[in-house]
Amino acid sequence: MIKQKDLILYSGLIILGLAAPYLFSAFKVQLTYLCVLIVLAMTWNLQGGEMGYNTFGNILFYGLGMYLTASVQVGMFFPLAEWTESGGEKTFVHTTAQYFQGIGVGLLVSAIVPAIIAGAIGYAILGLRGHYFAICTLGLGIAAGEIAGGIEIIGAGQGFTTPPFPAEIVDTEARGKFFYFLSFALLVGTFIFVKYIYGSRFRLILNAIRDNEDKAEAMGIQTMKYKIVGWMCSAFFCGLAGGIMGGLIGYIDSTDVAFDGREMGVFMVLMAILGGKGTLWGPVIGATLFHFFKEGLWTLILGWQYVALGVLIVVIVVYFPEGLMGWLREKYPERFGEVIDEKDRKAQVELK
Amino acid sequence: MDFLIFKAPMLMVQASLDGILLGILFALIAYGMALQWGVMNIINIAQGDLVILGGYIAYTIYLWGIHPAWGVIISPIIMFFVGWALYKLVINKVVDRDLFISILATFGIAIVFQQLMNFIFGADVVVAQSEYGTTMLFDNSVTLPNSKIFSAFISVLYAVALVIYMKKSRLGRAIRATAQNARAAKILGVDTEKVYAATFGINAALCGIAGALISITLTLHPYVGLPYTVRSFMIVIVAGLGNLPAVAVSGMGLGLFEEFADYILGTEFRIGAVFMLLVLILVYRRFKLSKKREYLK
Repeated sequence: MIKQKDLILYSGLIILGLAAPYLFSAFKVQLTYLCVLIVLAMTWNLQGGEMGYNTFGNILFYGLGMYLTASVQVGMFFPLAEWTESGGEKTFVHTTAQYFQGIGVGLLVSAIVPAIIAGAIGYAILGLRGHYFAICTLGLGIAAGEIAGGIEIIGAGQGFTTPPFPAEIVDTEARGKFFYFLSFALLVGTFIFVKYIYGSRFRLILNAIRDNEDKAEAMGIQTMKYKIVGWMCSAFFCGLAGGIMGGLIGYIDSTDVAFDGREMGVFMVLMAILGGKGTLWGPVIGATLFHFFKEGLWTLILGWQYVALGVLIVVIVVYFPEGLMGWLREKYPERFGEVIDEKDRKAQVELK
Repeated sequence: MDFLIFKAPMLMVQASLDGILLGILFALIAYGMALQWGVMNIINIAQGDLVILGGYIAYTIYLWGIHPAWGVIISPIIMFFVGWALYKLVINKVVDRDLFISILATFGIAIVFQQLMNFIFGADVVVAQSEYGTTMLFDNSVTLPNSKIFSAFISVLYAVALVIYMKKSRLGRAIRATAQNARAAKILGVDTEKVYAATFGINAALCGIAGALISITLTLHPYVGLPYTVRSFMIVIVAGLGNLPAVAVSGMGLGLFEEFADYILGTEFRIGAVFMLLVLILVYRRFKLSKKREYLK
């Protein structure tokens, strides 16, 4: 059962989350980004942190979700090829009902199809280990971007304009609120799901795979099955996150927005590592910190942000591979429920 | 999509020659990657960006009015020190760690390099004109730029020189000893730290040569580094570490694949095809090994 202290924390956070678009109404887009970033970091953590499979390929599902939502939303009511050919000129206009129906069905598709694709390619890809897996997924993400950039029906190189928010809704703030609450709902859903995983046998199996896959297999665990299921879970939420982001940004480019390995693909890894991989709260904290850092500093160092990003990656990876939670854990092990024998600790200090 | 290439046999010859000459260049980059992977156990994602940086050095001397072919001598010298500095700054901290850390760290370096090159050299696609002319073959139906022949020749020259250097020189033997067993080499008096730095420097110098050759044969752009990394990675995993003839052959194979993919699928899918080939090769090897209950690691 949830403890009382946790209950206060969670309800406080939910109230904060629900009130945020009214409190900081100028930052609704940023808050939506934050929710999506946290979702991406948490789902990356399922692979990179829990399972020990450092993937660069989750961006694949994010981009797929983005294209799928937009395609379904357009394709349900209008011919898709003509829409992309007109390049965002408003030859077709969604009515309010059509827009919401479209995005609803689109999000559904964008959650299910990436999960199915993850399941389909999982058997082939997840058999690779270590750095081969990392490089393979890196290749997969970039290949997807390059290939999507060559397909005519989804806009090819010139991009794909997602349907504009229905103009009949008078409330000018409605668009921002709609996408914020959508992403917040996704965040809450993801958090509940990941927290459920953290309390389950499934997580122990994933950890066993991370620590020693051969032994886990020898213990009779069908590791491949669990690896695929884990990846499918990530793909499900990444696809949803992508769908929401596509609607929010309003314009999908193959390599700069959807399969954006240079930004989102790296961000999710970095955020999870910054917060501390293999922990429930690590990715959440890491993503929040990273987002504040990014939004706060990037305007100051305009033009140099990628240099700063690269330096940040090197510094975090080389000097803080355990992340914030790992550092806290080393500093205050008691808080994490680790029992430390004082005598033993002192003896070790003396030995040094 | 019309498969023009199957209708005109001369295009086939053209693509094959282009592919082989290009492949020799890829093999040179891959040789550098195999060297550092074998010696230091590091996968360098910034490999391609080192190549592009080397290319920009050659392009700079071209802008100064010197013939860009001199880049194949000047660029590796500068790049050796760039590689050395990079080792001292970052790489020496990730040598003994998990491979994923080296992948991510070099990914960060790659981003920094890309952006700095973007600032310094601009985001335009540039090429250094070597003005070597072209060779016409088979009744003028196959055109072959002499710069490509030149680049293949220089690549082979440098590769052979490096092999001899690795066999005969003191440093070369120290590098090979460290690759075999770093600890034993250290006990026997090899300064492994220096060997690592030199290895990374040599790798960067090889990238510099390849970059200088690319600046006269192909085009340069700050953001096209990653495909070169992936190509060299692919060549190395197909050929294996330290097997130079296999590196050369698989490099040429990759060059052929790319040229044919260019004609058959269209230029817009060229890079996509390279990355898909990487995925397919890895998946193929995974299934091949799993028959013997082994896995790629």
